[in-house]
Amino acid sequence: MQPMMELEALTKRFRHKDPEGKAAWKTAVDGLTLSVERGEVFGLLGPNGAGKTTTIRMLTLLMEPTSGRILYDGREAAAHAQAVKQIIGVVPQHVNFDQDLTVRENLELHARLHHMDRAAREARIRQLLDYVGMKRRLLIVRALIHRPRVLFLDEPTVALDPQVRRRIWSLVRKMKAAGVTVFLTTHYIEEAEALCDRVAMLAGGHLVDLDTPAHFCEKMGLSTLEDVFLALTGKKVTP
Amino acid sequence: MNALMDIWTVFWRDWVVLKRRLTKFILSRMVAPMLYLVAFGWGLGRSIEVSSGTYLDFLVPGILALNSMNISFNSITPVHAERIYHKSLEEYLIAPIWPPAFVIGKVLAAVLRGLISSALIVVLALLFGAHIAFSPLFLAVLVLNCIIFAEIGFLAAMKISTYEEMGQVNTYILLPMSFLCGTFFSTHALPAAVRIFIELLPLTHTSYLLRGLGTGTAVSSLSLLVLLAYALFCFVWGCRAFSQLRR
Ligand SMILES: Nc1ncnc2c1ncn2[C@@H]1O[C@H](COP(=O)(O)OP(=O)(O)OP(=O)(O)O)[C@@H](O)[C@H]1O
Ligand SMILES: [Mg+2]
Repeated sequence: MQPMMELEALTKRFRHKDPEGKAAWKTAVDGLTLSVERGEVFGLLGPNGAGKTTTIRMLTLLMEPTSGRILYDGREAAAHAQAVKQIIGVVPQHVNFDQDLTVRENLELHARLHHMDRAAREARIRQLLDYVGMKRRLLIVRALIHRPRVLFLDEPTVALDPQVRRRIWSLVRKMKAAGVTVFLTTHYIEEAEALCDRVAMLAGGHLVDLDTPAHFCEKMGLSTLEDVFLALTGKKVTP
Repeated sequence: MNALMDIWTVFWRDWVVLKRRLTKFILSRMVAPMLYLVAFGWGLGRSIEVSSGTYLDFLVPGILALNSMNISFNSITPVHAERIYHKSLEEYLIAPIWPPAFVIGKVLAAVLRGLISSALIVVLALLFGAHIAFSPLFLAVLVLNCIIFAEIGFLAAMKISTYEEMGQVNTYILLPMSFLCGTFFSTHALPAAVRIFIELLPLTHTSYLLRGLGTGTAVSSLSLLVLLAYALFCFVWGCRAFSQLRR
């Protein structure tokens, strides 16, 4: 079966000033090639600055890659932007609600931007608010309103208490059970271990390795994904 | 069909915000025009002679022009904070909307604010005893002026990266235009070289048109063409700037 998403040599370079103030290029994502199967929960794991957010921003068409290709359902994303945007939902790393609107109006705006009529909007918002709670969870609610087939979660549980984290985990599992493809980034090894079918280790923009959590431990002869991570990236995960 | 829906959605967001602050908005928008009318219309105006009618009649179209410029420009600048600080603009970039709908919806919302504050000035001016001849064309010119400066505000919001620089646009571009573009005095009073430059600016043509139409004297269709050209050019540029956010 055709993979849900394919990343081919995906690269993003940013222009910035080096310490001496000269213009320089910083490679945030460097030739990333991987594919995400339909209905799987896929984790992108890496330390601060590894390029996780940049990868998600390219996959969600918020940012053009410097080079490389993104395919959804075998079709080039850039050429089918509207079709891609219809099927993705995005939970950003930072809270980005519209400050001038109430929470409810924010949700309504999202539903309107996804062309949902009033009845569908109201029913869906009520249904979702019933089983999730406040701010960060509202980001998730917002991303789910239009029933995306691919859900992006950029550090969905960062700085949340364990209870809320568990609730988000169970939500991710529910999404998977409903056939949604999930692409998440995380700092937390146990999160990747608990949720992901496969995990890509990213460091310095490079794909270090890609495998199932179990295989990772097995082939490296290590007992936890955390040890694998340390061995592969030489970095601590949590900042 | 979806395009119209998208325009409405973008406009709806601004309408929700405006509705909530309507009273505050109206009160605050009355202050500056009131001062202009008192200081220049009543105070100074008594001692100023213009070719036809009173200085107040001469002044009101100028105030309408500069005020609609300032209001529509500044109505759209919060988009800058949505882009840089709150990042709420990402919602629109991620959504499957027709991209120009964002520009059109935002501009229309700014035009609405510009027109509300223009209506306030007209009411105040009439209370001060001004005579203005209204016509559909008069309204059309006012709308066009709002469109142009909303689009320029939109461009600034897309291109500029800091709050300070946004403020500088007001200080170095809008403020000088407010005073020089035929708003308070005829551009004939200016040296020829300055005048040529001033006549390249859209606000000058809005002043000419509104004054001509408002006092029932001749207007030039070239001025109307200049405004249309500015509106079209800034719209195309605005759409481009919006799509370039993905860079
Ligand atoms: N707009 C930008 N301009 C310049 N450099 C950028 C930009 N966005 C990201 N970077 C740089 O690219 C690199 C990757 O950043 P990115 O945000 O993708 O990392 P991340 O893995 O999401 O990190 P974190 O765990 O902190 O969220 C970093 O070095 C960052 O400084
Ligand atoms: Mg990140």
